[in-house]
Amino acid sequence: MTIVLNEALSQQSLLVVYAAMAVFTLAFLVSVYHLSQAASLKDKNLKSVVVFERIALALTILGTLILAVGVFMRGFAASRVPWANLYEYSITGSLILLMIYLISVRSKEVRIMGTFVVGFVLLVLGTAVSIFYVQVASLMPALQSYWLVIHVMVALLATGFFSLAAGLSGAYLLKTANWVENAKTTRTKNFRKIMEIFPSKETLERLAYRFNIIGFVLWSFTLIAGAIWAERAWHRYWGWDTKEVWTFIIWTLYAGYLHANATRGWTGKRAVWLGLVGFAAVVFNFTIVNMFFKGLHVYSGL
Amino acid sequence: MSSSQLYEAPEIGLTGWSRWIWRQLTSMRTALILLLLLAAASVPGSIYPQRSADPNGVALYFDEDPVLAETLDFFQLFDVYTSIWFSAIYILLFTSLVGCVLPRTKIHFEALKAQPVQTPTNLSRMPVFESSTAAQGIDPVEKGMQILQKQRYRVIRRGDSISAEKGYLRETGNLVFHFSLVGVLIAIGIGGGLSFSGQRVLAEGDTFVNNLAGFDSLSPGTFFNPDNLAPISVTLDKFEVDYDFANETNIGAPLDFRATVTVRTPEDQVGKTALVRVNDPLDATGASVYLTGHGYAPQVTIRDANGDISYSGATVFLPQDSNMTSIGIIKVPDNLPEQIGIVAFFYPSVIELSSGAYTSIFPGVIEPLVSLNVYTGDLGLDSGIPLNVYALDTDRLTQVAGRGTNNSAVEVKLGETADLPNGLGTVTFDGVKRFASLDIAYNPGQFWVLIFSLLSLGAVTVSLVTPRRRVWVKATSSGFEVAALSKRDDPKLEEVVRELTQGIRNG
Repeated sequence: MTIVLNEALSQQSLLVVYAAMAVFTLAFLVSVYHLSQAASLKDKNLKSVVVFERIALALTILGTLILAVGVFMRGFAASRVPWANLYEYSITGSLILLMIYLISVRSKEVRIMGTFVVGFVLLVLGTAVSIFYVQVASLMPALQSYWLVIHVMVALLATGFFSLAAGLSGAYLLKTANWVENAKTTRTKNFRKIMEIFPSKETLERLAYRFNIIGFVLWSFTLIAGAIWAERAWHRYWGWDTKEVWTFIIWTLYAGYLHANATRGWTGKRAVWLGLVGFAAVVFNFTIVNMFFKGLHVYSGL
Repeated sequence: MSSSQLYEAPEIGLTGWSRWIWRQLTSMRTALILLLLLAAASVPGSIYPQRSADPNGVALYFDEDPVLAETLDFFQLFDVYTSIWFSAIYILLFTSLVGCVLPRTKIHFEALKAQPVQTPTNLSRMPVFESSTAAQGIDPVEKGMQILQKQRYRVIRRGDSISAEKGYLRETGNLVFHFSLVGVLIAIGIGGGLSFSGQRVLAEGDTFVNNLAGFDSLSPGTFFNPDNLAPISVTLDKFEVDYDFANETNIGAPLDFRATVTVRTPEDQVGKTALVRVNDPLDATGASVYLTGHGYAPQVTIRDANGDISYSGATVFLPQDSNMTSIGIIKVPDNLPEQIGIVAFFYPSVIELSSGAYTSIFPGVIEPLVSLNVYTGDLGLDSGIPLNVYALDTDRLTQVAGRGTNNSAVEVKLGETADLPNGLGTVTFDGVKRFASLDIAYNPGQFWVLIFSLLSLGAVTVSLVTPRRRVWVKATSSGFEVAALSKRDDPKLEEVVRELTQGIRNG
């Protein structure tokens, strides 16, 4: 068995990822400018500032295309799917989140989340290139399975939907926060003006719920696919390995979120908070558990 | 009179209390709290090492801080997922689940048989409402009924209005999801009880026989019966590793492990040859064989001063680093003036560092060397206590070769022979075999766990994407009214009403 690794190509892929980050930075700045302009409008005629939103969106599409090229180059450099270590999860995961956003962007309510999406992606990519980057390496035999393609891809998809839902939930909580709704100082009043451009709190809650249920279904699939793979690789479908524990915790928290949405006295703010706790567990699982916890899922490459 | 009151009061109280507790336990709120508790209770198991997944980690805790370890152990923090408190949470959760879902199933069955509800008097109060004029000569209610029936609504006409309902699958899916979770739990329990998993280290040429004596270690389930072990044997014929030689930054990374085995059954003594790889176990009847580790088993022969063989064979050496520097223990209890114990280092591709120490720079066998620290004395084998074959108890031994003694460690290259110190004899490095660590496991429940998991996933998906809708059409003096109501999030509700209104209007 032989493989071909091309670190030079991977270095070029890294440059392309940097280029995408530069474009996302521009998109982020224009997006923020759009929000500030829209908030300061006296006549609430959002059409007069829609050009900034369009520029931000165009830049986001451009950045996504560049990032896609970078991700593909990394895959070619490693002669396999580009999602087998923390750096690769980060770049591929960012690409997936951006694609989910761009597909749902036709809905006006989701479009306003651009600032969040691009900002979040910048954060992830920044961490990826500065901390997570590793040279291309061969897959250890334990990872050589078609389940790597399926299980990890679906986990990344689920994470993408959870991320968008978390953004919407954050917007909901900011909009409904007491210090925003009953803003007293000039600064908080200005902030309230920004939040007024966002969809109504009902819409935000409903959209967050929709993204979360898609995320939940995909996460359940991730868990089941992981168990099938674990049986083939480690002789048991479940063994409370640290990563399995956190996959279970995340599943349970989002199950709780769905449950809360059907429980009297728990809908609204409480349920939204619960969804965000679930997302915090996703982030924890992705970063802290991957990097510092002992277990069988040792593949951060760091 | 007062005494009879005292007598009767607790009885009523007990029933009342039980009923109250049951109602509390099966409430949605309690289920939610138990669910969140379950998530929180899972966390410590990822922080502290668990006996089931990482027994060495637990041992380390006891070595480093016995008092802390005892305390953690008292709270079952090394066995979180079988602990009393964790079990209590999930048993309560599942009790709550069954208690909640059973009555709901009854209600749902009744709803499935029942007719759609009465049409509300004031349709304009519904969340989505439209009114329109009807075309000449068309009965809007009749037309609406046709359209809704075509869309597979359950429709009933009562006078000048129809009431339609759709989306019963939402609750069906919800209930199937919950029952499937109970199925998953039962399959885990029964399957776990009937399961076993064992480990066996096999050097090339060695055979594993699937019986109790064949395992190096075994974790049986509660109902495990050794008589049920399938009568198979597995011989490791050959173990091969592909290393990366081609890519500069990746040299020495293992690319593939292949164990060629022969499986024999009582009916088939010749056996069948099979390949076991990581992620690609051998599935035999009653057990699967998984490849989980590998290493070297150098072959050495030890002769006494007269040249008679006192020990010969392949010994499993445990790898210490990615370049397979390995440590093995050789015990020679017989045929020598004194018992000999050896702590041996094996370097598959040795180089000498500037400090004089050896290290291996490549995991494959290019320049193999065995270096032996020799001890003499009492190996402690006669005490009757089973000893770890991977450790040497040096308490009653005297080191005669190796660091800290007058004699340097005995070094032997492949095919060569070297003298042991003090005229003890000689050691010959005959060859290098590889060994494979195999897991042998069987769990008859896992198939059912998978089936119920997939069923629950399918059911919850159906439930989450199916809206439960109620639609009404009512004839009015000027035309007709359409209204709709949905149980929860329903993005298409307005569209449904709009299209239905248009459909009726267009005839």
